[in-house]
Amino acid sequence: MAEVSLPSNAFEPVTVERRVQQLTRPSLSYWQDAWLRLKRNRRALASAYIIVALLAFTTLGPLLWRVDPASQDVDQVSQTPWAGRTATVVPPYSPWDTQADARTSDDSAKPLSLAIAAPANTQAVRLVWTADPQASGYLIYRNIMLPGPEHDLGLPLGEVVGSDQTRFEDRLDLDPMRYYYSVVPLDADGMELAPGPPLAVDVTRVITAELAVARGLVPQTRKLADGDAVRLALHPFGTDYLGRDLLARLMYGARVSLFIGIVAPFFFVLIGILYGSIAGFVGGRVDSVLMRFADFVIALPLLLFMILFKIAFGIGPGESGIVPLLVALVVLSWPGTARLVRGQILQIREEAYIAASRLLGAKTRYLILRHMIPNTLGVILVTLTFAVPSAIFTEAFLSFIGMGVAPPTPSWGSMCNDGVKTMLTHPHELIFPALFISITVLAFNLFGDGLRDALDARMRSRE
Amino acid sequence: MFRYTIRRLLQGIITVWFIATATFIAMHSVPGDPLIQNKAATAQIRKNLEIKYGLDKPVTQQYLIYMGNMLKGDFGISFTQQNRSVNDIIVKHFPVSATLGILAIVFAAIGGILWGALTALYRNRLPDVVIMFLVILGISVPSFVFAALGQLALVHLNALAGRTLLPVAGWGTVSHMIVPSLVLGLGTMAFLTRLMRSSMLEIVNADYVRTARAKGLPITRIFLKHELRNAILPVITVLGPAIAGITTGGFVVELVFAIPGLGRYFVQAVQQLDYTVIMGTTVFYGAFLVLMVIIVDLLYGFVDPRVRVE
Amino acid sequence: MSDVITDSGDSFTRSAGRQLALLALFGILAFIALAILLGWLSKLTSGGGSLSEAVDPLTGTITLAMASEPPQLDSTRATDQVSGFVLGHVMESLLRRGPGTKLLPGVAERWEIDEKGATFWLRPDARWSDGKPVTAHDFVFAWRKIVEPANASEYAFFLYPIKNGEAINRGELPVESLGARAVDDRTLAVDFERPTPYFEKLVVYATYGPVREDFYESCNGRYGADADAILYNGPFRISKWVHGAHLRFEKNPYYWDPDRIKLDVIDMPYVTNDANAVLNLYKDGKIATAPLSAETLNDALEHRWKINRFNDGSVFYTEFNHRPGRLTANVNLRRALALVSDPGELVYKVMKVPGNLPGVSLFPAWLPGVNGLFRQEYPPATVHVDVAEARRYLELAKQELGVETMPPLILLTGDDPLSNSQAEYFQNVFKRTLDIDVKIDKQIFKQRLAKMTAGQFDMVAAGWGPDYDDPLTFGDLFSSWNKNNRGAYSNPELDRYVRIAQSSLDPKARMDAFGAIQKIVQEDVVIIPSYERGLVYVRNPRLNGIVRRVVGADPDYTSAYIGGSR
Repeated sequence: MAEVSLPSNAFEPVTVERRVQQLTRPSLSYWQDAWLRLKRNRRALASAYIIVALLAFTTLGPLLWRVDPASQDVDQVSQTPWAGRTATVVPPYSPWDTQADARTSDDSAKPLSLAIAAPANTQAVRLVWTADPQASGYLIYRNIMLPGPEHDLGLPLGEVVGSDQTRFEDRLDLDPMRYYYSVVPLDADGMELAPGPPLAVDVTRVITAELAVARGLVPQTRKLADGDAVRLALHPFGTDYLGRDLLARLMYGARVSLFIGIVAPFFFVLIGILYGSIAGFVGGRVDSVLMRFADFVIALPLLLFMILFKIAFGIGPGESGIVPLLVALVVLSWPGTARLVRGQILQIREEAYIAASRLLGAKTRYLILRHMIPNTLGVILVTLTFAVPSAIFTEAFLSFIGMGVAPPTPSWGSMCNDGVKTMLTHPHELIFPALFISITVLAFNLFGDGLRDALDARMRSRE
Repeated sequence: MFRYTIRRLLQGIITVWFIATATFIAMHSVPGDPLIQNKAATAQIRKNLEIKYGLDKPVTQQYLIYMGNMLKGDFGISFTQQNRSVNDIIVKHFPVSATLGILAIVFAAIGGILWGALTALYRNRLPDVVIMFLVILGISVPSFVFAALGQLALVHLNALAGRTLLPVAGWGTVSHMIVPSLVLGLGTMAFLTRLMRSSMLEIVNADYVRTARAKGLPITRIFLKHELRNAILPVITVLGPAIAGITTGGFVVELVFAIPGLGRYFVQAVQQLDYTVIMGTTVFYGAFLVLMVIIVDLLYGFVDPRVRVE
Repeated sequence: MSDVITDSGDSFTRSAGRQLALLALFGILAFIALAILLGWLSKLTSGGGSLSEAVDPLTGTITLAMASEPPQLDSTRATDQVSGFVLGHVMESLLRRGPGTKLLPGVAERWEIDEKGATFWLRPDARWSDGKPVTAHDFVFAWRKIVEPANASEYAFFLYPIKNGEAINRGELPVESLGARAVDDRTLAVDFERPTPYFEKLVVYATYGPVREDFYESCNGRYGADADAILYNGPFRISKWVHGAHLRFEKNPYYWDPDRIKLDVIDMPYVTNDANAVLNLYKDGKIATAPLSAETLNDALEHRWKINRFNDGSVFYTEFNHRPGRLTANVNLRRALALVSDPGELVYKVMKVPGNLPGVSLFPAWLPGVNGLFRQEYPPATVHVDVAEARRYLELAKQELGVETMPPLILLTGDDPLSNSQAEYFQNVFKRTLDIDVKIDKQIFKQRLAKMTAGQFDMVAAGWGPDYDDPLTFGDLFSSWNKNNRGAYSNPELDRYVRIAQSSLDPKARMDAFGAIQKIVQEDVVIIPSYERGLVYVRNPRLNGIVRRVVGADPDYTSAYIGGSR
């Protein structure tokens, strides 16, 4: 047997570790846990960012994009996004002095041959034509396409009476593009005869020096001469039916829509909490009377009453009508939350941990602060996030039937309603406000979803 | 059960009275004059009209008269359609709105349950993502935008087909009903889809489903009897309030698709301050909604044995 | 935990998917079945909709859309334009309108009017839609009904020229004392309260139409409420009236002049005021005409449709509140505001519909004068925008009012998009040029009227449609006693001219008076004219002969026909 030698230091006394079992996870409070879970929900987080961005859009946006949402430019109506264009400076519009301007088109030309009497621009297109002795008057048409063989001459611009009246001035909504004008002689009974040949006119965009300065397109000091080119204001989202900047209006419209969307739910949820918790705590007869009343209010058809309230409050001159809308929403919407809160409180009151807490000597105040509020807050927060989209929708709907905010206050709903009418010709006037409503509603919905998942105590035990 | 029903109905009647009173108060605090016309009437003509509509009496008396007539089921005569009773208007036009609403609700319920079940089944896979995207679109676009787009789509569809596949507007035949009811039900369907999905997901993990699997029950049976059936319950609960939501969209769809429903009459009556029509339709709608909620509650008792007795 | 199911579950998913597909099939079938059932049920309450095409030459049918349905068709109570349109097709008064402003015999073959009264001889072949003849008694009954206080007819004042009409309406005399009597079945004699040389222009209105007593009584107060609760004597009769949904005219077989009527059926199965919906119906080939708006013009151009225009004779303007104590009672302020308003810009750049004419006067361009048109005989002064001059007037006004800065003005407006955009436009113009703040007061129709009547405004967007084709329909608007003078403008000078215009029988003197009124209204800036309304519409090229009218039933399809070009 070989001898085994063991060094003395091979032996050591066993040290007793006094450390207790270590927690694998840090202790988390309910809110910390909910927060963690919310952070892990990417959709909810993105929605939260979107909501913050929307709030920034409406609060900080106007500071960056300093365009007056009420400033109209009727020469730039319904411009498509990013239509930054140049205009030529011309003298201000003055009515056509037909006496002084004896010019007519060449008399030797065939009857009804059209010509322009002055360079055509967006202020006016001045037309002259050779007279048709048989005519009792003329109708002037304008088209955006070359008229086809079926005489689709386009818009009937106007009528002049008398065979020798051979001038017409067109000022109707002129865009810098090519138009085709035609003149149709009328017989003695006012019936249309065969039209003359169409005339193609290229219209140029112009602006007066005064307007260019007033709109801040050029520095005050710069002297503008006729014929100079001026860069027009840029409208990243285009303009609306009165030539107002859509981006600026969206920012201000967001104030109305988000204000109604956030403040109204805030108030009715607050009232609902108070009402519901009183009913829940006091209980008994008070509870049943309070809840019966809430049931009545819940039974009122919401939209019909919104409309009724809206006209009953009446809006004074210069008022936007936001306050009546808000009041009506609050008055009609609180019972939902009240019922919810009452139910929660009744339920929590019976929970074992409340009884335990009570046995340990907790006072009512402690119970409310420590148990009731935190445990109902989750449900309330979720209700709040879901109430926001429905409030925004209600405002949009009222705008649609003409009961929304009063002009000139913009709201997304009323902008949408204006946009629906021009859907085919200027889709951007519908798309942008509708997009903003959709994004907002979506963000609040998804955030609400995330919040609900995060605050759901049952989810907590599942991990 | 019977006593519960009676009690609910009694409560409903009191609620309707409350609605009528609230409407009356709101109506009479509206500034403006229902009898005023664009072309001014002489004092005499005006007085004659006031007497005709009983507006010359004190408000309390008007209230009592109105309540009395309402008990008899008489809502009075319209101010604008001077020889039509409000009852006639409701009888003629409510069925139209109701038809539209029922179709929309049925469409929304069928669609919501099916899509919801489908998304739960294919959770986090392509069908789920696609459907949920559409659903999100459905809940985030205002109904009047949908209505306008729906109609536009019809025009293009008919133009492509070269003939009228589905009418663009109007009312009267089945083909007139389809698109408006789809547009009307879209929002609710999206909402129900979401609800159904989450309710399905909860049930998939429920103990009894696991038990059923462990027992080796046939898959179809588990899916139909255990999962689908139980997941539908919460959907049914929200159907009552959903009907109320449908009436909202009803206004818009009726306006856009030229449908002679009650909602359109209400909006017109508001513009014209037609007292009797506003009151009549509001009270009627209120009563209808109250009844719907009661019916849905009772129905729920039948479907879910756990809540049979309250 | 949750993964367990998906792992084991591919077969599950497939099977359940099949189940779902089956359920979906059942669901769709159930939906369709329900739709058919409800469709059948709804046919019981509202007659089936029409799927016919816009213009059908085989059956002589045209299909149209209505903006709204007539509230009711009792001619003794109808006041609105839609009722006027319908009654103009299904009823005929003593006279009817011909081309232009000409009046032609209607139920009356011939008539005589003098200082004291009028006599109408009715044609023997005028019949009701049940075949019985139209008699003088039917007119007497209808006219008594209108002035009867219990009937509360709003157009009762229309009959005040008839002897005792006003007193009866006030309840002072029995209805039998009305100065209209049936001498025999075919002779109607009328006594005047005061000389009414224009009486023939009155009896052409639907309000003066006949109503048969026995039928009226048999309706139990529902006369005019439904298609079967009316008797017709016009070119058409209503064969179907589904409220809010469908109106259908068919040629009246008993009409005395059947050859004049070319159309057999005018079907109106759509009632909507949604401009997009109407245009979509037109695009779909469902209706024969559709109005266009500024927003849909380009769409119409791209479809290469033929576009028509028509001025409906109405004038729109900004009316001031002239009540003492109001800021706008100051004429210099009104002048300042008028000098910065450019109706041309409003019409061409804001409204953008080619039919509208920029407003220049209270009197629209179509009104007849002594020989030709009133506006050519009495041209209004032309006003040009002059901001500098306007500012001078504003300074004057400020001094007179004793204010440093002008307090905000209230602009009352309606709730439709068009008046909203106009209000926004004016608000912007007044702010930009004169630095005057304007508060927009947007109200629904009845509330706006109530506020107008009560004088709770500084400016209001108002308008006036003509009742008859004489300048007086506009000329007496601002007389101090006119109830429609809601700005309470009062000027003895203007009142004097209105009296001349009302009572004088000399056309020249009357027109001179209107010329003077036009001048006063302009110089005193009673109103700022905005525009004369124009309508632009598309029409199926196969439908011709539609008559548009400034007064009376518009549009008039009684002489329309299918055919012509193409």
